[in-house]
Amino acid sequence: MRLEPRSGASPTAAVLAPLGALGVSLLIGGALVMWSGASALNTFALVLRGAAGSQFALLETLTRATPLIFTGLAAAVAFRAKLWNIGGEGQLYIGAVLTAVLGTGLLPLPAPILVPILLLAGAIGGALTLLGPTLLKNRFGVDEVVTTLLLNFIVVLLVSLLLDGPLKDPMGLGWPQSPKVIPDAALPKLVQGKRLHAGFLLAVAAALAVWFVNARTTLGYEMRAVGHNPRAARFLGMPVDAVLLKTALLSGGLAGLAGVSEVTGLKGNLTLDLSPGFGYSGIVVAMLAMLHPLGVIAAAIFVAGMFVGADAMSRSAGVPNYIADVMVATSLLTMVVAMMFTRFRLRWR
Amino acid sequence: MAGDGAAEPEVVLRLGRITKRFGPLTANDQISFDVRRGEVVGLLGENGAGKTTLMNILFGHYVADEGEIEAFGRPLPPGSPHAAIAAGIGMVHQHFTLADNLTVLDNILLGTEPLWRWRSESGAARSRLRRLAEDFGLEVDPDARVGGLSVGERQRTEILKALYREARILILDEPTAVLTPQESTALFGTLKKLVAQGLSIIFISHKLAEVLEVCHRILVLRAGRLIAERTPAATDRAELAQLMVGRAISAPRVEPQPPGETHLRLSGVTVRGGHGQPLLDGIELEVRGGEIVGVAGVSGNGQSALADLICGLQPPGAGIVTLFGEAIGRWRPRDILERGVARIPEDRHAVGLIGDMSVTENAVGECYRRPALSRRGLIDWGAARRFAERIIGDYDVKCPSPAAAVRLLSGGNMQKLILGRVLAQAPRFILANQPTRGLDVGAVSYVHEQLLSARRAGGSVLLISEDLDEILALADRIVVMHRGRVSAPMARAGIAIERLGLMMAGHGLEQAPHAA
Repeated sequence: MRLEPRSGASPTAAVLAPLGALGVSLLIGGALVMWSGASALNTFALVLRGAAGSQFALLETLTRATPLIFTGLAAAVAFRAKLWNIGGEGQLYIGAVLTAVLGTGLLPLPAPILVPILLLAGAIGGALTLLGPTLLKNRFGVDEVVTTLLLNFIVVLLVSLLLDGPLKDPMGLGWPQSPKVIPDAALPKLVQGKRLHAGFLLAVAAALAVWFVNARTTLGYEMRAVGHNPRAARFLGMPVDAVLLKTALLSGGLAGLAGVSEVTGLKGNLTLDLSPGFGYSGIVVAMLAMLHPLGVIAAAIFVAGMFVGADAMSRSAGVPNYIADVMVATSLLTMVVAMMFTRFRLRWR
Repeated sequence: MAGDGAAEPEVVLRLGRITKRFGPLTANDQISFDVRRGEVVGLLGENGAGKTTLMNILFGHYVADEGEIEAFGRPLPPGSPHAAIAAGIGMVHQHFTLADNLTVLDNILLGTEPLWRWRSESGAARSRLRRLAEDFGLEVDPDARVGGLSVGERQRTEILKALYREARILILDEPTAVLTPQESTALFGTLKKLVAQGLSIIFISHKLAEVLEVCHRILVLRAGRLIAERTPAATDRAELAQLMVGRAISAPRVEPQPPGETHLRLSGVTVRGGHGQPLLDGIELEVRGGEIVGVAGVSGNGQSALADLICGLQPPGAGIVTLFGEAIGRWRPRDILERGVARIPEDRHAVGLIGDMSVTENAVGECYRRPALSRRGLIDWGAARRFAERIIGDYDVKCPSPAAAVRLLSGGNMQKLILGRVLAQAPRFILANQPTRGLDVGAVSYVHEQLLSARRAGGSVLLISEDLDEILALADRIVVMHRGRVSAPMARAGIAIERLGLMMAGHGLEQAPHAA
């Protein structure tokens, strides 16, 4: 058995790869479900019903997908330029911290002014969080995988410090949580009485904007060139370091927006469990989308549906909802393998 | 085994109807030939003709879709380099596969013995190696680190490695591409001795003169098929070139013309490497309009530093560089480009093009900021595609479509794309660094014609090349580069190739007349 490079790019393979990857991860997940003593088909049916079987389920899934679109875009933008931003989680929390600082009464402004300010502040905060690792990479060749990953833990500890200090809600009965944002800072709900909020529309708009940047602007072109071959990009006269910095600002900014959107749209305040790893799941989302910004929307909805559906399923079927983590993880692995098959073909002798 | 006597030498290798397909491309199509004991078989063909694929099948890197190989009368199991080595096949790759940080001896022993037995047997190995080296004229110090060896010594190490493993059939892939004329002559002497000992050699090359000199039989591959077999006595360069390309090839004609004003001048230019060692050492060089100045030299003598300097990638440590009469202050590729400089880089794959991006995206790589292609940060991909289509048409770039990834193109078409990209900007000065390395005869003559037509139009060319024939064919004046220094320029007329060869090896560089 050996791998040989494909001579041409195959559009069929590009479409079949993600579908095949999902199929294989369903099989693996199914085997695990059966191992735990339940029926695989029944379990998956319950997951599907829990994720999309009712208006409530569907809205829940879209709500959960909102931060994943932002963090997925953050990873997709950076990975395209081969800037390995693993720090989406930390950038998200920095965005959330700035929202908690500015949105809880410090700026008593009407919503049409305050909301854009909060979004901008969160985006700038996330962007600056990624700027440091990128400068270190450009200047000294420090591996950004290490710096961005470790920065996540620093940021989470910082949040913990703030929630037990200056940002602690005096009315919070001692819980480590910030005060609620003022009503003018809150994003409107999209459906009366449901949890889905305008952050979802912002996320979709962000995906369209990133797609436009990628497809139509010189920056998008430069980011791709730098990602594929930085030496050639430099030879061609592209400002490689500046392109990486712009990429970092865009990527970090998108992750920061995830934090703003979660606080102002859904939770209302900053807590330590604001994000159950949205920053990391965003990496999976970006890979499943093969780094395409519009694919990120679909991939985020899939991953969100998996989590929401598995929660519902575990209540009725007794299979632990960890199956969602397993499924998302296996789908990442199978996707990586599938992407290899779009460039190589397997030969059996 | 050799019962037939001298009349019909024993067949040591037999390839039977080898076919290999990559998707729609048939790289090898029903190729059959024999190699006999004690003969040098030349394998000649354009890039993409299937030479490398065939040798990779022979050496077990690829598995053929059809056909079989017999070595010394026994079928060779497909897909196993180990089996190929065990069957007595040795391969000297174009890009050497040696570990720089190990000695020659360690490199040769690597993989032949279990790790823990190295030292105990290295005495015997060393004496065996010395004997091999003496017998075949392959001088190299067994205890020298490979990292410090010259290219010729590395090649000798590769050959010794194969011989040490008792190879009886040696495949040499473009062995002279990196050698000085003297080193090539020494290599041919070695090949004669090997053949006299009954070894067989497959000699892959695109240099026709060499193939005619060293081979007993010449096989010509074209588009994956074996289309001709000739003996050197029964053919000549013109016929071989025509067989290889499929049409007649004419030699470049350089009409004499008076030089114009100075385009590029380097005075006292010094560049130091990461450890302070001089890469360029007090370079004096002038290129005038309407002339081609050739920089001859064995690679690794500062040519890359010279090219990087002129490309704008590397500022000089000392000295002055002027372009069209103006000193260059900022060293960025963009500033150099905007002054009307075309740059043909040495390495198409790693530097010149971005393999995973499309032909269109590569075509606009140097000019996408111009108002015709982008405004306020928005790229007009329609205009970009039309620009690419014009290059594809004008420079005969063969590609499936402008949207196809560049890595799917052959080396010659990649180079045409680069040529089109830089010449479309109507440059006044062209830096051509190894512009025809690895290209086939047809593509080489195309590149030469383009450089000469730029010269006719009053442009200037600085041609850095390891290929002396190329420099002698094109350059008005020639300088030789050795250890970061350049000789005084010499007019091409009446220059002796032997003298150039000696200067490339570092002899007589200082005695060269300081006037041209």
